[in-house]
Amino acid sequence: MRTPRWLLAVGVLAALAGSCKSKRQGITVGLYASMTGSTADFGISTRRGVELALEDLNAHGGLLGQRVRLVAEDTRGDASEATSAVTRLIDQEGAIGILGEVASGLSLSGGRVCQRRHIPMVSPSSTNPAVTQVGDHIFRVCFIDPFQGLVMANFASRTLRFTRVAILKDQGAPYSVGLAEAFRQSFTANGGSIVDEQAYRAGDTHFSAQLNAIMAHNPEAIFVPGYYTEVALIAREARGAGFQGRFLGGDGWSGPSLTTNDDDKLVGDYFSEGFAVDAATTPVARDFVRRYRERYHSDPSGLAALGYDAALVLFDGIRRAGTTDHAALRNALATTRNFVGATGSITLNEHRDAVKAAVILQVQANGFQYHSTVNP
Amino acid sequence: MTAPRAAPPGPKVAAAALGLLALWPLYRVALGAWRDWVGFLRNVLEGVSLGGVYALIALGYTMVYGVLGLINFAHSDVFMVGAYVGIFTAGFFGITASSQAGSSVAVTVACVAAAMVVCALLGMTLERLAYRPVRNAPKLTPLVTAIGVSMLLQNVAMLVFKSTPRGFPPTLRTASVHLGPVATTNIKLLDLGAAVALMVALTLLVQKTRVGRAMRAISTNLEAARLMGVPTDRVIAVTFGLGSALAGAGGILFGLDQPRIDPLTGVQPGLKAFVAAVLGGIGNIPGAMLGGLVIGLVEQLSAAYLSSSFAPAIVFAILVVVLLVRPQGLLGRVTREKV
Repeated sequence: MRTPRWLLAVGVLAALAGSCKSKRQGITVGLYASMTGSTADFGISTRRGVELALEDLNAHGGLLGQRVRLVAEDTRGDASEATSAVTRLIDQEGAIGILGEVASGLSLSGGRVCQRRHIPMVSPSSTNPAVTQVGDHIFRVCFIDPFQGLVMANFASRTLRFTRVAILKDQGAPYSVGLAEAFRQSFTANGGSIVDEQAYRAGDTHFSAQLNAIMAHNPEAIFVPGYYTEVALIAREARGAGFQGRFLGGDGWSGPSLTTNDDDKLVGDYFSEGFAVDAATTPVARDFVRRYRERYHSDPSGLAALGYDAALVLFDGIRRAGTTDHAALRNALATTRNFVGATGSITLNEHRDAVKAAVILQVQANGFQYHSTVNP
Repeated sequence: MTAPRAAPPGPKVAAAALGLLALWPLYRVALGAWRDWVGFLRNVLEGVSLGGVYALIALGYTMVYGVLGLINFAHSDVFMVGAYVGIFTAGFFGITASSQAGSSVAVTVACVAAAMVVCALLGMTLERLAYRPVRNAPKLTPLVTAIGVSMLLQNVAMLVFKSTPRGFPPTLRTASVHLGPVATTNIKLLDLGAAVALMVALTLLVQKTRVGRAMRAISTNLEAARLMGVPTDRVIAVTFGLGSALAGAGGILFGLDQPRIDPLTGVQPGLKAFVAAVLGGIGNIPGAMLGGLVIGLVEQLSAAYLSSSFAPAIVFAILVVVLLVRPQGLLGRVTREKV
């Protein structure tokens, strides 16, 4: 009995290995994002945007005369999953360009793999400055946190006329820590004071200690630069404890799940984003919104729009490089100038970051409402 | 630091140094309490209510350790399954996460009952399939098995329940309750009350019933108990079942207060409950209860008055200090290792 069994195992493995190699054809592009887990909205929205761009591309003949194939890997919001997802995309699927992640901490993990393999990566929506500092193969099509922090700080002190704000950040997420620091600097430079700064960790469900401490300082607003799952829990607990002030946040709030479920805990609160349906005035943006609605029967979030743009920028780079060679593709991406995407004109600067406007959205009972646009 | 340099500092010296360091947090907490004693009482109440849930989970760790000397790492995942059973039971009665908050005591009781039954069965199944075959293997084998079972449960839960967090159905309406000047919610008081009631029931069961006596006998000496005619296999299965049922109830109490459940929900509370069991003296039932309350309080107070960034580190620092001074835990007895 024994020998045939291990022979069978070897045979199965060999068959699996064979089947992996054999389906490579055309150009392969990889996407890694959290399609499940507590940041599932991020990956699902991004993937929809990317697929919309891809379908349009293949309907018009693909790239370099070949069809483009998208392989999407789920990171489940976990940094080590991100590393192995990107490794799989490059080593097994033969991706020549990588799209992702949304969360900066995961982009840092995946980016290191891309950089070591010299495969260009375009992050749709990771805003922490360190992401593109991983190396010269890492690009992004969104603004960075120093700008986002400035936008929300100016909004808090000039538009809302707040002078006393507390911060509650996710200390395990580079995104949250960086954005909190950017907000603190800009807000204090405006003459406001940060009355308290508390921290939580992703996965926490219990925030009463932090909120009790914050509410003892009676702030006008709490800046929560976290991801939507925890933000919703924090707001719910704070409102239950009688907090009357505003909540402010960044693009990590951008998930439909922020407002589904129960109550009106965040109605009237504000966050910054890279895209708003109501502000989509350019033909490219309007065309994107129309096609997105037709395809998915819902409004695109900022993450979907940035996923769409990240894919377009990568496709444009491949087209201009005229080859799938890594170095040529990297150089083509680095010279992306005035590329018109759904989220506006994209020019990648010497740090491989896009310099773009931010929009401020207000949470409503049934979604987000456009408030204003802030140009860099 | 003026610690003596000549002799290598023994554990006693290290403990004394750490004890001096512990005065600083005590001072901070006292200062905070002096400034705002209503806020302090609120934090104490929150901490005790949280500690009640930790204690319920810790009991499962400690009971299994007591009879088998096994750390059942899958216990925290049984807790997670309990929370999911609650979601499905409430769904069966038509209450989903997006329902308006109702006030159905009957459904809540049904959720607790279903979670306890399913978790008890799950615990006994795990014991039969995973732990009994390796019971007589070297100590490391069951430990590694337990870690494997824990990962298995988490990953099966990810496949079956999907890893996107789910809201816990609002079977009870959250209402503010004022205890004198301290505002809290009915849910927190219920959590605390239910945890205490279950712990009292368990203590009675272990101290006053035949099966409880059998458990204590096995915990003293498994072989001797078997030679005296105690049906050890059955009693061990019952122990797993009881501990898992408590974890299931804990899952519901946790869900009512913190309504977001995912397949890794059990990991954090499970780890803290394990710390609670060790702190109280592993294998010791009152110790697990005390340990749970201490961990809940320490976590809440250190997050509120010291630093929310370091609250988990402080919890583990306390564990280290206590174990330096009392290696057997707060209520544990010194037992000589049988060779």
